[in-house]
Amino acid sequence: MFLFRATLAFAMRTADGQNYNVSNVLVCDETPRVSFWFVVTSPLNSTLLVERRQVEEAVRKSRNRINSAFLLTDNTLEFLGIPPTLAAPAPPSSPPWLIVFGVVMGAVGAGIVLVLGTSVMQRRRQKKKEQTGFEEGEEESRAERNGAASDSVYNLSFSDNDRLTQM
Amino acid sequence: MKFKLPNPGLEDRILSYEQLDSLEEKEAGDRPKWDNKTQYMLTCVGFCVGLGNVWRFPYLCQSHGGGAFMIPFLILLVLEGIPLLHLEFAIGQRIRRGGLGVWSAIHPYLTGIGIASMCVSLTISLYYNTIIAWILWYFFNSFQDPLPWSQCPMNANSTGIVSECERSSPVDYFWYRETLNITPNIEDDGGLQWWILLCHICAWSVLYICIIRGIETTGKAVYVTSTLPYVVLTIFLIRGLTLKGSLNGVKFLFTPDVTELAKPSTWLDAGAQVFYSFSLAFGGLISFSSYNSVHNNCEQDAVIISIINGFTSVYAATVIYTIIGFRATERFDNCLSGNILALLNMFELPEGYITDSNYDQVVQRLNETSPEIIQQLDLPTCNLRTFLSEGVEGTGLAFIVFTEAITKMPLSPLWSVLFFIMLFCLGLSSMFGNIEGVVVPLQDLKVFPKSWPKEAITGVTCMFCCLVGLIFLQGSGNYWLSLFDTYGGSIPLLVVAFCEMFSVVYIYGIDRFNDDIEFMIGYKPNFFWQASWRVISPLIMLVILVFYFITKVSENILYKAWDPESDNFPTLEEKLYPSWIYVIIFILAGISALAVPLVAVWKCVMTKKRDKLHINNIADQIQINDEIKKIPA
Repeated sequence: MFLFRATLAFAMRTADGQNYNVSNVLVCDETPRVSFWFVVTSPLNSTLLVERRQVEEAVRKSRNRINSAFLLTDNTLEFLGIPPTLAAPAPPSSPPWLIVFGVVMGAVGAGIVLVLGTSVMQRRRQKKKEQTGFEEGEEESRAERNGAASDSVYNLSFSDNDRLTQM
Repeated sequence: MKFKLPNPGLEDRILSYEQLDSLEEKEAGDRPKWDNKTQYMLTCVGFCVGLGNVWRFPYLCQSHGGGAFMIPFLILLVLEGIPLLHLEFAIGQRIRRGGLGVWSAIHPYLTGIGIASMCVSLTISLYYNTIIAWILWYFFNSFQDPLPWSQCPMNANSTGIVSECERSSPVDYFWYRETLNITPNIEDDGGLQWWILLCHICAWSVLYICIIRGIETTGKAVYVTSTLPYVVLTIFLIRGLTLKGSLNGVKFLFTPDVTELAKPSTWLDAGAQVFYSFSLAFGGLISFSSYNSVHNNCEQDAVIISIINGFTSVYAATVIYTIIGFRATERFDNCLSGNILALLNMFELPEGYITDSNYDQVVQRLNETSPEIIQQLDLPTCNLRTFLSEGVEGTGLAFIVFTEAITKMPLSPLWSVLFFIMLFCLGLSSMFGNIEGVVVPLQDLKVFPKSWPKEAITGVTCMFCCLVGLIFLQGSGNYWLSLFDTYGGSIPLLVVAFCEMFSVVYIYGIDRFNDDIEFMIGYKPNFFWQASWRVISPLIMLVILVFYFITKVSENILYKAWDPESDNFPTLEEKLYPSWIYVIIFILAGISALAVPLVAVWKCVMTKKRDKLHINNIADQIQINDEIKKIPA
């Protein structure tokens, strides 16, 4: 209780500037629930009560201090009629989801381009192979026809490596 | 059961056994093939195991008597699911054509079945990928701490939190406002939501790159998409079991209530769940099976995949309910401590006077001494069972209930990322089968010129579906999606499945089918298969179809809308559809289902016309010949 009165006196001092003392904070009607009423008297005149609004303002200003003096939070220490001001959440500079989206989309896009590119290259290579393969096939059939025409043994000593006679 | 409809010319349309064997040996033919058996099994498992296993089965299980629901589910799995699956695998492997080619090979009049399953696959592909887009949106948003759906945002002048969020909850607000930006009714379209458009394009791009070359690329993608969900489910199981209250959830899920078995709706829901869970009648499974070698053991595959599907449903339900149990316990504790605080404050009692255990006694005592004060306080009743049985299914389960539970776990971003990756993989692997069921029939129908490479065909299909799917990205998109889901994907599938069974057994001939299976796997299918294909499964399909149809047609066609202006906000308000929606419902459900008889009739008329022309020509030819003969030499 002393700690509470001292903390409240400190809060009034910070808000008002006048020299509040522990004796200026009066407490009454304590319950086993640890809830009570309190009033603050002016240091100049002990019969004069400080207005509710001023006390509220003082408490609001030093709420953090009062809470931490008791190691409590806004949830566990309640001043009836003084709702705690909520901390505004700071909006992030760029929405983080766009960053992840960009990464995924970039990877997928690169993948698509890669796959399409490889299939285009494959197709070109196949076309080339088909063309050259076609020509080779013609040459081979011509050579076989020439070879089959003569029944004699092919003498290797006079042969050269290409089977077609050069023009 | 020797009933068989006449089917002339069947031999000409399908490959004979000798041709099949020679194809097998030479490895000829331009049909794509699986690299190995694992890819095939993983693709089929991925297609069957989808989002429904995670968010439809647990809800059904819990609402139809918990553990007792397993009984109709398992019985119908064995009598309906496995035979149909085996049938699709076997017919695909034998005839070696896609979903449409198989039916036109059995009889040209049956092409309608193929067209119907293609239409259904197309309808479902359109909206399924939007769900994947939403999953991606949540996934992208999971990389921050605190998660954006854990707290309400401030309003414009920072005096307090947004009123819509305050009246409902942060998760509801994030889902309905920041994700969907939903309009109060289906007529207001609310414009395109650009952030979901980006996710939509991303979802279709990822799908495109996985199916770009057909099963060549899909077969590699499924190594990840089909196995990752199981890993994540196991991680969640371990995490879930260590949370407080998880066992309450599991106990609630599996406590059997045997009286539910007497209700026909339980059996109907079980049958429908087995059917939809197996992704039958889409044409995708037939297609996948046709890329197998001829002597692959399709009977074994069917049984294995059915068991895996059933097991996954039960496993996923357990995991989901550990987390739901945790959430319900958390809510219950919050409710109770809120009440206790109010009582302590009101009666100026010291801390610790009322605890969880003596709460009821104290409340009773206080009620006796000062009832007016208790009345004034208006304490909500905290009942754990109520919280547990807030049965949610579908998108509500994933995006509202589960996300809320995740925010209460330590290290929330990690669990959120894991959860949405799992949902993404489940959805994507099902999409592979859906797209297969669209692209292959289009190729069979020769819609695209033959010179186009596979990449172009899949690209055009994806582009088309992406553009049509823009309907679901509007403000009213969620209403359109549930419309498509309820009517586009339910009745036509049942019709197609029934026609499939009937065609294979009575038009293709069950004897020929038995011989085919003996040729393929080496032994004839036993009595169980005979009985189920001929009688049991078609009967079950017919009963489910009739009852489903009757319930859908007789109930009021309502939809649930999120309307901040309504009286009992945040509960969803039931509204009537406008009258022009009935046209759309008819198009969705009717056109696919009616395609079966209509195409049969059309083909019949065409054939008769052609035959008449042909006969006329032959008659003319004979006449000319006779006249030539009559000319004296």
